[in-house]
Amino acid sequence: MLELRSVTAGYDRAAPVMRGVDLTIAAGASVGLLGPSGCGKSTLARVAALLHRPDAGQVVIDGQPARGWRHRAPREQRTAFGVVFQQPRLSADPRLTLTDLIAEPLRAVGRAPEAAAVVPALAARVGLGKDLIGRRPHEVSDGQLQRACLARALVLRPRWLICDEMTAMLDASTTASLVHVVEEYRAEHGAGLLAVGHDRVLLERWCDGTTHWDDLTGGL
Amino acid sequence: MKPVLSVQGLSVRFRMRGGSHVSAVTDVSFDLAAGECLALVGESGCGKSVLASALLGLLPENAETAGSALLGGLDLLTADERTLARSVRGRRVGLVPQSPAAHLTPVRTVRSQLEESLRELAGVRKPALRAAAEQAAERAAFPAGHLDRYPHELSGGLAQRAATALALIGDAPLLLADEPTTGLDRDLVDRTVDELRRHVGDDRALLLITHDLAAAERIADRVAVMYASRVVELTDAPAFFGAPGPRHPYARGLLDALPEREFTPIPGMPPELTALPAGCAFAARCDRADEACAALPGLVAGAACHHPHVNVLESPRA
Repeated sequence: MLELRSVTAGYDRAAPVMRGVDLTIAAGASVGLLGPSGCGKSTLARVAALLHRPDAGQVVIDGQPARGWRHRAPREQRTAFGVVFQQPRLSADPRLTLTDLIAEPLRAVGRAPEAAAVVPALAARVGLGKDLIGRRPHEVSDGQLQRACLARALVLRPRWLICDEMTAMLDASTTASLVHVVEEYRAEHGAGLLAVGHDRVLLERWCDGTTHWDDLTGGL
Repeated sequence: MKPVLSVQGLSVRFRMRGGSHVSAVTDVSFDLAAGECLALVGESGCGKSVLASALLGLLPENAETAGSALLGGLDLLTADERTLARSVRGRRVGLVPQSPAAHLTPVRTVRSQLEESLRELAGVRKPALRAAAEQAAERAAFPAGHLDRYPHELSGGLAQRAATALALIGDAPLLLADEPTTGLDRDLVDRTVDELRRHVGDDRALLLITHDLAAAERIADRVAVMYASRVVELTDAPAFFGAPGPRHPYARGLLDALPEREFTPIPGMPPELTALPAGCAFAARCDRADEACAALPGLVAGAACHHPHVNVLESPRA
């Protein structure tokens, strides 16, 4: 279970983006969070993925309260999450080939030797062929790069996936294809999902349930 | 009536190191009349944005172009930089960019950028400038309370609206919107495209480049589907989105991938633009492909396909 307990977070303590937000996702369940542009839903996704320290409140991951944020989060908590952001260009190191990009989390946790065995299969799973994974981000399209970013999020087999507007930059076919990869992974590994977005039709089709930002924050 | 923009046989390819070429746009032709909105749709990386860059003379050094793109009497492909800079960009072609974060000047407020454009393009002077900037912001539904913010202080949606407001200032006869709704929520998408549509009116034309099929359906008169650098279907929007539906199998697959329809992806990925097949580029992913598809299909009756879907009222293909 992933719980946000009365979380207050933002970038200025005097004017938080959200106040006292509660959100619970059962193990293996998927929740779609809907909200308009700029409402703060990405901040909430970052808090849930331990990437942004809330001003107050708790994030509880499978019964364990989060003990740190960003690089200070203990490894077993940090690696429980796979995160996919909206803009693949901004979340990919331009110096890395897609192979290295996908393998980066393994390297970061000292499991680099596994990469050779894991990465090609995972790349194929997200639809990236051999000729593509040797390239660097500037040599592929947004859709192809987002496929690599999804593979990177899956490489450590996270129990939780946080997809923050994962498909907002993508065409209909790539969107459907990435959502199918996520769902296939979840079916196999029982991972939970928080999908943040503004496309009601998509999230309702994709997730077990959706919740609207205004209902979480009481319209604040 | 004379079209606002007439694109004939437009091709763009990039010379790469080692002598290879990337064919980003191949033999694209269309006319755009005053009062008309043409939506150019397709997967990411199919060449849509390169086409937009070509029309603005913003291609990099290593690009080679062929064909013509006539705007009034001016060929945008051969016009020199001075002409493009002084009389085309902003004045005859307004651009609503793909990534406003990169389009806006990061070190100046939105108000200051709007005022600069109003001064340069519309000749507005102080003290009318302040009110004019607020009016320009209002046209694109940019909230006046955020005018004194810097681009990095704006959400993606607000930055997009700031960029839209800038593009509308010049009252250009051709408006080029390159993915203007990326990152916006549905209500904002509707408002943004409705505003663009309103701007078109009767004497302007809009080329809407987008992967958002719902946005295209909302405002487009005609739809051009691009795949692997070519336009594979060019047809009226109501027939495309409604009955009888797209004729090209790729266009049909793209519509079926929508979450409100089948939500099934088209299998496989588009071919590399460095190594396009000699025949139909979609054949490798197409369930209708046969030996005929080894030859390049021409754009006949709106679809470039050897085995297009037929009107449901006609008898199905044997």
